[in-house]
Amino acid sequence: MKAAPGYLLPSLALLALVLTAIGSLFLGRVNMSLPALLHGLADPSSLAGLVVTELRLPRAILAIMVGSSLGLSGAVLQGLLRNPLAEPGLLGVSNGAALGAVISIYFGLAHAFGLATPLLGLVGAMGAGALTFAFGRTSTLTLILAGAAVSSLMSAFLAMALNFAPSPYAAYEMSVWMLGSLSERSWDHVLLAAPFIGAGMAILATMGRAVDALALGDVQAQSLGIHIDRTRVLALLGVGLAVGAATSVTGSVSFIGLVAPHLVRPFVGHQPSRTLLPSALLGATLLLLADIGTRVIHTNTELRLGVLTSLLGAPFFFWLVVRLRRLAP
Amino acid sequence: MSALAATHVTVRRDGRAIVDDVSVELAGGGFVALVGANGAGKSTLLSVLAGLIKPDTGGVTLDGAPLGGIDRRELAKRRAYLPQNPRAEWPIAVERVVALGLTPHLPAFGGLPGGLEPRLTQALEGCDLASQRLQAATTLSGGELARAMLARALIGDPQILIVDEPTAGLDPRHALDTMSRLQALAARGKLVIAALHDLTLAARYSTHLMALRQGRLAALGPTTETLTPDFVRRVFDVEARITGAGRDALVDYRGPVSG
Repeated sequence: MKAAPGYLLPSLALLALVLTAIGSLFLGRVNMSLPALLHGLADPSSLAGLVVTELRLPRAILAIMVGSSLGLSGAVLQGLLRNPLAEPGLLGVSNGAALGAVISIYFGLAHAFGLATPLLGLVGAMGAGALTFAFGRTSTLTLILAGAAVSSLMSAFLAMALNFAPSPYAAYEMSVWMLGSLSERSWDHVLLAAPFIGAGMAILATMGRAVDALALGDVQAQSLGIHIDRTRVLALLGVGLAVGAATSVTGSVSFIGLVAPHLVRPFVGHQPSRTLLPSALLGATLLLLADIGTRVIHTNTELRLGVLTSLLGAPFFFWLVVRLRRLAP
Repeated sequence: MSALAATHVTVRRDGRAIVDDVSVELAGGGFVALVGANGAGKSTLLSVLAGLIKPDTGGVTLDGAPLGGIDRRELAKRRAYLPQNPRAEWPIAVERVVALGLTPHLPAFGGLPGGLEPRLTQALEGCDLASQRLQAATTLSGGELARAMLARALIGDPQILIVDEPTAGLDPRHALDTMSRLQALAARGKLVIAALHDLTLAARYSTHLMALRQGRLAALGPTTETLTPDFVRRVFDVEARITGAGRDALVDYRGPVSG
């Protein structure tokens, strides 16, 4: 397929994102008419105004931040590792963030101080990232292996926390947190995560040339003047900051980071650098759509974000397998 | 014209010297065929000469300046390197693969600047890839891929080209094609260093023969003077009969050296 002009796909993806974001402001549990909401926007102190500015707007912005982090991280990691199965959780930071958050619930800190969960999540993500870095910085293979090792270690601790939960209610709270959600998130969460996500995404956005050259393999990329060791460290740092902060505020949201780059790739001629921006935009759109889904699908217990993305992501995986089987000789 | 010089280069792996005290001086205009048995250290020496591996002792200079002191991008503009069996991992269009050779010339962001577009066309046509321009690199045949990678290496107009076994896996016609392209580059004043296994091809196209045996430099000299039955015996432990002289030398292997 001939690659579309450079600006076309990012523009379309941006348009889709903006439309979805606007849609997410108008759709939700509390049914509000369009005029009421528009009126609310003009008068933030009214009920409609509160719903929009204090509930739906931070929620939409958080969804955009988290979704774009996941999409961009997935695209960078797939390019760096030249592996279509690479996803943001690969480096252990997601499980690290989950562990930190679960610890805050375990010790009841979450009830004492609302932001304890995301704060400890950040600490957990940074700790896990540092561990992956310490063991895996020497080569791409060791980075993946170290990431897998750190991931399983964090999972083991997570399982232990559930096992020894102080009360059945705490165990329930922990497992539900891990399913991921954007509900009951406020501007505080946005402000807490924004600097980390911003810094991480800024780092990842500079990696276009490197992931392009890496399509020729480590050695050729190096011969073209790419600093492989630095590229690897920057990728870990960027993914650690962005995905660590994203997981800290929303819990585990799978498949977005894996799926977004795949959906984008055929439209940009498979060139790794050109998947970065559209993957971020598409990741944000997909997460917004999933979040809208959790709100408009009426269930007695809240349908969790991570559950919905997994339910939608798994069939995509099958499609991917079928497609690869058709393409491969 | 560029000059590449190695002085007392030694590379050790697990205590064993893969490349052992090699000193060579190579200059532009030469097409140097690097030969030696499997495991003689050819690939490692090429990586050192390309500045991709830092030797444990000794050093390499490019026009008198140590390779380690040259900025990576600057070095990438001046020398190109192709490993054994180079390939692209994604189904990227051939023109994009070839354009990757311009990486050190590009700013950090954005596509290919318009000014470089003619160079891309020229590089593609120079390697007979005009009709494959938009084809996915993963669907190319072995010969086409070899040409695409050569175009990738040459598009930046490097002074030095270092290639590891450029004819591996190629049929006779494509092997001859690749060799004559490398020869033409050297004739234009570039320095070409290529690891080769086929001594007859080396005799026909290269200007110099450089041989490694167990990591040590066994011979370095003009091809026509260096290629003798004694040379083949020393480097490969093989008895050979060489018929024809100079460029027409034909190397016929008779059997392993006895005793």
